[in-house]
Amino acid sequence: MSEILRIENLHKSFGDLEVLKGIDLAVQAGETVVLLGSSGSGKSTMLRCLNFMETPTEGKIHLNGELIGTERGGRMRYREAELCALRARIGMVFQHFNLFPHMTVLENVMEGQVIVLGRGKPEAQDKAMAQLDRVGLAEKAAEYPARLSGGQKQRVAIARALAMDPEVMLFDEVTSALDPELVGEVLKTIRQLAEDGMTMLCVTHELGFAYHVANRVLFLHEGTILEQGEPQSILKAPATDRMSEFLEGHSLFKLPD
Amino acid sequence: MEWNFLAVLRDFDLLMLGLLNTLKVTGLALLFGVPLGLALALSRLSTFRILSGIAGFIVEFFRTTPPLVQLFWFFFALPILIDVRMTPLIAAVVTFSIQSSAFFAEIFRGGILSIDKGQWEGAKAIGMTYGQCQRRIILPQAIKRMIPAFMERSIELLKTTTLVSTVAYTDLMFQANELAQKTFRPLEVYTIVAAIYFVLIFLFSQFSIAVEHRLAKSGEGTVR
Amino acid sequence: MAHNWDFATILQNWPVLWVGIKGTVFIFVITAILGLGGGLIVGIARYSKSPFVSWPARAFVEVFRNTPVLVQIIWFYYAFPILTGIETDPFLAAVLGISLNTMAFSAEIYRAGIQSINRAQWEAGKAIGMNYNQTLRRIILPVAVKRVLPALTNRGIEVFKMSTLASVVGYVETLNQAKLISDLNFNPIESYTAVAVIFFVVLYPVVQGTYVLERMLRKGD
Repeated sequence: MSEILRIENLHKSFGDLEVLKGIDLAVQAGETVVLLGSSGSGKSTMLRCLNFMETPTEGKIHLNGELIGTERGGRMRYREAELCALRARIGMVFQHFNLFPHMTVLENVMEGQVIVLGRGKPEAQDKAMAQLDRVGLAEKAAEYPARLSGGQKQRVAIARALAMDPEVMLFDEVTSALDPELVGEVLKTIRQLAEDGMTMLCVTHELGFAYHVANRVLFLHEGTILEQGEPQSILKAPATDRMSEFLEGHSLFKLPD
Repeated sequence: MEWNFLAVLRDFDLLMLGLLNTLKVTGLALLFGVPLGLALALSRLSTFRILSGIAGFIVEFFRTTPPLVQLFWFFFALPILIDVRMTPLIAAVVTFSIQSSAFFAEIFRGGILSIDKGQWEGAKAIGMTYGQCQRRIILPQAIKRMIPAFMERSIELLKTTTLVSTVAYTDLMFQANELAQKTFRPLEVYTIVAAIYFVLIFLFSQFSIAVEHRLAKSGEGTVR
Repeated sequence: MAHNWDFATILQNWPVLWVGIKGTVFIFVITAILGLGGGLIVGIARYSKSPFVSWPARAFVEVFRNTPVLVQIIWFYYAFPILTGIETDPFLAAVLGISLNTMAFSAEIYRAGIQSINRAQWEAGKAIGMNYNQTLRRIILPVAVKRVLPALTNRGIEVFKMSTLASVVGYVETLNQAKLISDLNFNPIESYTAVAVIFFVVLYPVVQGTYVLERMLRKGD
């Protein structure tokens, strides 16, 4: 396995509020990392820093061995063009889907390929149909997002990200806004991706998903990684009281004995 | 007192010429005013302080000063300042382009701000630049919501163009003044001209109400 | 720019301009009171159940909203006297044009305010034991005012700007006096810039005030 993503001393503040207080992490290609933590722990902010939806206040991020940004005067500087190119290589799926309502499902999945990657329309369409097929929604290609269920919308959003051939996928609480009966179809899609060898970082509250799919679980608390490890050990026997409390609060999921 | 429309009808083509010029000024002001309004709105939304400050000042200045003062300024003052030959048409088009752009800017800004933040994020996440986000994702959605306010403002513009008659541009209002003097029939002339404006504007507003209803039906919210 | 800005002549002619400013304020106050006040009556009439009341109100609103205010002023100046035998001077013509136009626009604002109140709110007031006056004061009016006030202020700003149109029929107000100064001193740049600045200085704080007002009212929702 090779290292695909490396984060060094990541800090992020919003005004006076320091949300991330120094995160270090290395992710191997093909790994599925699940980020757990209560709200305000910084897990979503951390994810959003990785593709620069939020600009880190301090720290370095390497993708496939390249440092993102340039260091000048002791601070990291980022150019807009560089960040756009980076985001094209990192897929992100959001809690509220963020599909483009004025475009059909197919156009949603083609948009980034055509506008950002400069692919020709026929190629982009083939790719888009292949990804829609992968998430089981090829027959919805001509529909507008408003006509889809939440679960279907989220699968389209996944297809939209996948069509860019990303090196890493980020999932930010992608099932939190869904009706309970629709959560399963989305998790199944993500699980299939993991089995296909996609590198993924997921912020989620689905402990069952973490248990069965993750290679590694991180527990964030107050802006730092408090503990991490294989899900089978860390979820059953957390080392810290904080994590035990957190798991008790999510006891809906019964861990297998 | 008795009504006599004959004298007016005999010179009806004068009024029609005036109407044509009214539509011409309105059309030209829209042609320049809408893109200028978009540019002002984008500047005002810019994170670049100086740019947004200047755009904000232009918008507020042209919204808070009377259009007739602006027209006089462009017609009488500007030619001295920059040595151009000013015609009533140029003064009218310049004034109403800038004046309406200030109002269009606020409509554009409202439309853009009304789009959910998630749309920016979705577009950014697939690697779009700011310009691509605006062009492909935000503006197409914002413009649909802006249509009713946009049409309302265009109607206001059409009404405001009557001011050009004061700098002797031969619009419908000006032709009315001419005809009233020529025929000594101000009652009939001004009543007919009022009626022409009414029909024109009424039809336009009915049309805009119909469009608004259709947009409302298609489930799209609108902004004002 | 080669032009030498010289506002000294404007200051020398300040008494002339001051007469105009007083004229502007005077016609603004009259038309704002008549227009915004009369609009309430038209707005209520527009909402009336009797078609004999609501229909003329509606026709009035449509006619005055769908014709340019300058046409209205000029019509009242040149056509109205012939039709009625009532002589109109520039002031009266301008007051009639601007007030009636403003009545039509503000009638629609009041109508929206009235419609924003539904019967459920009256019933809710009654249900917790409020009498008519209490319900009106505590429940109905706050909602209506919130709906109406920002739009009404904006209309007031429009009325202030509209007052310049009175100069077209020769009423003595700021723009008219600026034109006079400009014609006598050959200084249109300074004259018209001065008028623009006067309006901007008066209205800018008002506009900013409406933004604050709108934000405050929205917060209450």
